[in-house]
Amino acid sequence: MDIFLQLLVSGFAVGGVYALIALGFVLIYKATSIINFATGEFMMIGAYFFYSFMIYMGLPAIPAFIGVMACAALLGFMVERLVLRHMLGQPTISIVMVTIGLSSILMGIAEMVWGSDFRSFPAIVPRAPLIIGEIVVRSNLFYGFVLAVAVVIVFALLFKYAKVGIAMRATAADQSASFSMGINVKAMFTLSWAFGAVAATLGGIIIGNIGGVHPTLGHIGLKIFPVVILGGLDSIGGAVLAGFIMGIIENLAGGYLDPYFHGGVKDVAPFVVLVLILLIKPYGLFGKQEIERL
Amino acid sequence: MSLLAVKKLSLSFRGLQVLSDVSFEVVPGEVFAIIGPNGAGKTSILNSISGFYHPDEGQIFFEDQDITHMAAHRRAALGIGRTFQNIALYRGMSALDNIKLGAHSHLKTGLLASLCYWGPAHREEMALRRKVEEDIIDFLEIEAIRKLPVGSLAYGLQKRVELGRALAMRPKILLMDEPVTGMNAEETEDMARFILDINEEHNMTIVLIEHDMKVIMDISDRVLVLNFGQKLAEGKPEDVQQHPQVIKAYLGEKKARNGHIPSAAR
Amino acid sequence: MRIGDFKANYVADEAVFKTPTVRFWMGILFAALLIFPFVAGNYWLYMANLVGVAIVAAVGLNILTGFAGQISLGHAAFVGIGAYTAAILTTRLEVPFFLCLPLSGLSAAVFGLIVGGPSMRMKGLYLCIATLAAQVIFEFIFVHWESMTGGIRGINLPAPSVLGISLDNEFKFYFVTLAVVVICVTATRNIFRSRVGRAFIAIRDRDISAELMGINLFHYKMYAFGISSFMAGVAGCLWVNFLRTVTPEHFPLIESIRYLAMIIVGGLGSVLGAIFGAIFMTLVPEILKNTLGLLVDAFPQAMGYLFPLQQIVFGLLIVVFLVFEPHGLAEMWRRLKDYFRLWPFEY
Repeated sequence: MDIFLQLLVSGFAVGGVYALIALGFVLIYKATSIINFATGEFMMIGAYFFYSFMIYMGLPAIPAFIGVMACAALLGFMVERLVLRHMLGQPTISIVMVTIGLSSILMGIAEMVWGSDFRSFPAIVPRAPLIIGEIVVRSNLFYGFVLAVAVVIVFALLFKYAKVGIAMRATAADQSASFSMGINVKAMFTLSWAFGAVAATLGGIIIGNIGGVHPTLGHIGLKIFPVVILGGLDSIGGAVLAGFIMGIIENLAGGYLDPYFHGGVKDVAPFVVLVLILLIKPYGLFGKQEIERL
Repeated sequence: MSLLAVKKLSLSFRGLQVLSDVSFEVVPGEVFAIIGPNGAGKTSILNSISGFYHPDEGQIFFEDQDITHMAAHRRAALGIGRTFQNIALYRGMSALDNIKLGAHSHLKTGLLASLCYWGPAHREEMALRRKVEEDIIDFLEIEAIRKLPVGSLAYGLQKRVELGRALAMRPKILLMDEPVTGMNAEETEDMARFILDINEEHNMTIVLIEHDMKVIMDISDRVLVLNFGQKLAEGKPEDVQQHPQVIKAYLGEKKARNGHIPSAAR
Repeated sequence: MRIGDFKANYVADEAVFKTPTVRFWMGILFAALLIFPFVAGNYWLYMANLVGVAIVAAVGLNILTGFAGQISLGHAAFVGIGAYTAAILTTRLEVPFFLCLPLSGLSAAVFGLIVGGPSMRMKGLYLCIATLAAQVIFEFIFVHWESMTGGIRGINLPAPSVLGISLDNEFKFYFVTLAVVVICVTATRNIFRSRVGRAFIAIRDRDISAELMGINLFHYKMYAFGISSFMAGVAGCLWVNFLRTVTPEHFPLIESIRYLAMIIVGGLGSVLGAIFGAIFMTLVPEILKNTLGLLVDAFPQAMGYLFPLQQIVFGLLIVVFLVFEPHGLAEMWRRLKDYFRLWPFEY
């Protein structure tokens, strides 16, 4: 029972991070219908920037944090302007592949610049683990969870009440109608990429803080796909909820099944769930089936 | 004795009622037109007949067989042909291949036969090529453009290729969604002539949606008028034109007293 | 000089190699392919075999993705299934090599249909993501089903033999690879001369209207997926019999992406494109390696940058081709031919 609760709680904490990354992913998908395979690499680059700001430039955690967010927004902005804008109206395969190409470039650059060794962040949060009853949560995980949830809430409020957020939602709902209401649709595309990149980067910093940074840190980004399919590709609320569910599922599966398979279950479990969802409820928990016209 | 019978058809999308309780029958050999203002549900009727939309209530009979729940591709094989409002050609293929594709249900080549090609698949393709060239390309006067990719063709020609593709299906009934919309006078005339030729020479039954009242009056035998998903009137073109409900739907309350449908009501 | 291209009957008009000029050049090409192993060194024969395997896999993927418009991120996993099937059949049941080829293909096709089937009812991205799941799950199985796959140590094979001749070096294996490539490419080209191929393209271009024209979308997507995984399996069988070892590391996600990159760079929806792409994407990393090798004297640490440099070049090729030449090398080749067709009188 203790093990169960322990796995549940740490799964919940990891799930918060997944929720954050999935949020960024769905933001981009909703606004531009682009599946961003480079989400994981955005995370990785963000984590390296954070590391560099702190180690090479000696900045304290908070300014470094703000600096990374600004850089991430710039990265998202540039990727949209320089590459994806040329891809408007292209078939899905081209758009999927262009983001895959970007991810390969980012990975290569990261290895050129920072090398292939693991880098660990300096301690930025208290080391003492959080103890609830008999459950122990690592402090890195706990503070990461708090940060992730805080950011998700900020994003949610932004979308609900801020003018920009409303304009972005309108663009996602109906591009041509928004355009005729005076919303700058292209600017909204760019903005979604900037927001998406910021969300991914924050996720990257949290993950990097837990396990260190490496050029292949982005591989964790693949787990977004089970998450967003569970939540429904176009549902922000669904993505957040599914993030938590998936975090818990993979932790439980890993905890209980690893002994039978000699490890690795944690990484494959979300994908098994994904296949099951496709069989049972293909448009996810909250996704909408599109009505097509002829 | 009807070829196609639509009985009490109702259709809605997420609470929006698109069709309510629409019934009509099409007899063999006629040109049956469906008219009505934008959003009246005309295309939704064709989509329900071809099997792309699934009605909430009602039934559809084709040659006295209930096809309401039949898969769309099987309806095509039964003999329901179709052209589309916004041209739905395959841009990656030539005009010729597009037309050949229409004959899909009449061909037998399976996956394995196609892999080795020589033999039955080859013979079938050659027979198909001859038939398409002689019966369709010749008839529609598109020899010159048959090997060009369809994306490069003018709008009027694309419409013609699409008609060719539908003819290659050798349908018993042909559903045409706005065949002349967006065409100039000459292209419209050509298309109207093709439709009449198909109807008279091949005795093909035609159901068409059109906004061009002149064409409707000229070529259709009977007309069904829809408004907000409901049937307003049905009958001979000249009778429908005088129907007070129809005039009201097209022109509004005030003007209804002194006028009928203008010749090109949109 | 050719001034026009006229046909007297439909058979001639539907031929693949339409003019005597084309047939002449094809003859030259075949002769060159047959002479190649006698003049090339072992390194180039080794590369040629790898290119051949890549061609079979890429042509198969192009049927599914380029022609039928369904994206697969799990192609390498199906190559892997073919490879493991061949390895297991050879080592445990001593099935002869030429039987292994189709059996490996079948095995990959069956697994492919089991995984792809559910997502075929949905559109676009769902198959893409389902195949991503297949990739991850099969990789897991390759590693963890140790009693069958040998785990991370993998399986080693004896040299295959055909008609009593042991194919124990690059030279002998080259002819097998060449034969398989020719058969696969011809079969693929044939598909697109009949209604099956037209149906694939129709599904890619406009799936709804394709269905209303009488095409059973589900069946034809399954055909495309089945034939594509079959070729992947055949490629896997060639691969494992050529390298005579198989481990899970040979079939990671990046390998699936490499196959996609081949058909993008070569040309989506073009048999020739898949061939060009397979050659190009197999040779580019080697060229990079050799170029860096030349720099080692001046910069001793140059080789350390090889891997990231290959990654960057790989990503750049994909992005640059998609943005500037979406129809790939096949389109560039076509323009080049058009230029020389009228050369030197281009006006």
